[in-house]
Amino acid sequence: MFDKDRWQEIFSAIKKNKLRSVLTAFGVFWGIFMLVVMTGSGNGLVNGITAGVQDFATNSAFVWTQNTTKPYKGFKQGRWWSFNNQDMKAIRDQVPEVDVIAPRLQGWDISRGENVVRGLRTGGFSVNGDYPAYNLIDPSVMVYGRFINEVDILHKRKVCIIGERVYEVMFDKDEDPVGQYLRVNGVYFMVVGVFRSKNPNINIGSNKKESIYLPFTTMQQTFNYGDQVHYFGFTAKKGVSVEKTADKVKELLKRNHSVSPEDKDAVGHVNVEEQVKTMSYLFIGINMLIWIVGIGTLIAGAVGISNIMLVIVRERTKEIGIQRAIGARPWTIISQILTESVFLTTIAGFIGLAFGTLVLHAVDMALIQAAAANTAEDGTFFKNPEIGLGMAIASLIILIITGLIAGLIPAQKAVRIKPIEALRHE
Amino acid sequence: MSKSIIRVESLHKSYVTGSNSLHVLKGINLDIQQGEMVSIMGSSGSGKSTLLNILGILDNYDAGGYYLDGIHIQKMSETRAAQYRNKYIGFVFQSFNLISFKNAMENVALPLYYQGIRRKKRNQIALEYLDRLGLKDWAEHLPSELSGGQKQRVAIARALISKPKIILADEPTGALDSQTSLEVMEILKDVNNTGISIIIVTHENDIAERTQRIIRLKDGIIETDKKNGNAKKQITESVIIP
Repeated sequence: MFDKDRWQEIFSAIKKNKLRSVLTAFGVFWGIFMLVVMTGSGNGLVNGITAGVQDFATNSAFVWTQNTTKPYKGFKQGRWWSFNNQDMKAIRDQVPEVDVIAPRLQGWDISRGENVVRGLRTGGFSVNGDYPAYNLIDPSVMVYGRFINEVDILHKRKVCIIGERVYEVMFDKDEDPVGQYLRVNGVYFMVVGVFRSKNPNINIGSNKKESIYLPFTTMQQTFNYGDQVHYFGFTAKKGVSVEKTADKVKELLKRNHSVSPEDKDAVGHVNVEEQVKTMSYLFIGINMLIWIVGIGTLIAGAVGISNIMLVIVRERTKEIGIQRAIGARPWTIISQILTESVFLTTIAGFIGLAFGTLVLHAVDMALIQAAAANTAEDGTFFKNPEIGLGMAIASLIILIITGLIAGLIPAQKAVRIKPIEALRHE
Repeated sequence: MSKSIIRVESLHKSYVTGSNSLHVLKGINLDIQQGEMVSIMGSSGSGKSTLLNILGILDNYDAGGYYLDGIHIQKMSETRAAQYRNKYIGFVFQSFNLISFKNAMENVALPLYYQGIRRKKRNQIALEYLDRLGLKDWAEHLPSELSGGQKQRVAIARALISKPKIILADEPTGALDSQTSLEVMEILKDVNNTGISIIIVTHENDIAERTQRIIRLKDGIIETDKKNGNAKKQITESVIIP
């Protein structure tokens, strides 16, 4: 296997036609290069997207009201309606499949202009009313202080937690904001925490970094929302379909608000579970496409190798004949051709693998630098393009198999050469 | 007592191309003793190359029998045939047929490579054989750097290295000038003196005259098979060590 004579023959064949060997090897090089770069990019896409949504409760859904589209019980169609505190209680009482429920207020009307003031600093930020349960659906880490708690809700405390961008604008760098006051639409709230969402790529209604969360009850009372609930999120209990639970919740809400049960448009909802499923199908699709294109390119390269091996066998007909005449067994010839084919394929593929990894690494470095350069930029959808060790090993195995298959037909052809041919006078 | 190294009994061979069948060998009977030096002559189409191919186990025959050193050579797998060729037969070709990218030493060592002998050892043996043929200084040279006579000497060394019972030479002097031809014939004769049988296919009378026995083929049968008296006397002392 490692006898010099075997390799001498391979190198002599490669050296004799340098350009031809390089061009042939390029086919395989390009196949593996494409496979690596595309798989890496695909992984980058998946990493980028999942990094921005990874901690979001996948068994959750969000529900909101829309204008009715059917007349019912004396009400005209096109009626505007909204949820209220009683609805939330009713859901908790009557839909046992619901695990946690997080009613929210979206202060559109109080989020206009420079609505937040602290001393000489001002800023325009979104204001939301939230329950502690919201942190279970869309988890945040606290940079400073704490999240809104039950006591805040119970006593309708005038406290708030703020997003990272709000902190940057309203406070000095590294200043402790806890205990400081912000004037939000003319009312002072004490800052009790700064949150950083773990899911920066999912934003509902407003950008979380530029949001201020008030305790839900405080916001209802302070800004005259009465008992309104603008929308709410909930999670289904383990083993229960989110979609079925959402249907049950919607049915209950329609009944309580005299909305026609047939009115499909009166309540809107988005099912995160379904979204995640769709996204994973998309990822599978992307991956399949990558492999089809990559393997296809590789096959084209292998055909090139096979082709050139046939030419080499034809060129060496005489030599092979001599070798057979002086005692080379068929297997000696076959293994010689196969070694040559696998060698050419593996070397070319290995360079492709190395080069592809290098390109991915360069892209990764560029991305990291870009991310460091503009920190305020919202979550990217491309992160850590790379291939795993498993992928690298898999592609090497694919290469060796490719080389074997590419060499098979030429090797058979070589064996069929009769030793007599060497004896024939030219 | 002399021993029969090649025994051929009513050998028949036809080449079938489509619906045509060409009967090339029509019953050859031949017995070559150990240590004999035989030339096979005949015009083209007489079947001498076909006979050589069959004797070299490079081709099959249709009917009759072929015994090489007492072994019945029949239709066999290529692997077996390769082993027999490697062990019993040394080939010398008209066009030398050296491997172009291997130097003289590696070319000579090639049959031992197929026997699975390690590189260092087989190259050492190859050097010894090159030395006997006066080519030690050319061991590292590629065939393209050698003259015709040198190439044929390398080819003879390659044929000898596996210690064969018989050497089959197909027009060994066909590509050489007359002076070099004589030198090559002297070497072959020296080889013959060590007890190895030699069969030379040729169409040159003065080459055939230097062998002990001349067999003339015509139209697939042996026309004449006679001893050559004057050849014996020409044998000089051996330079080839047995």
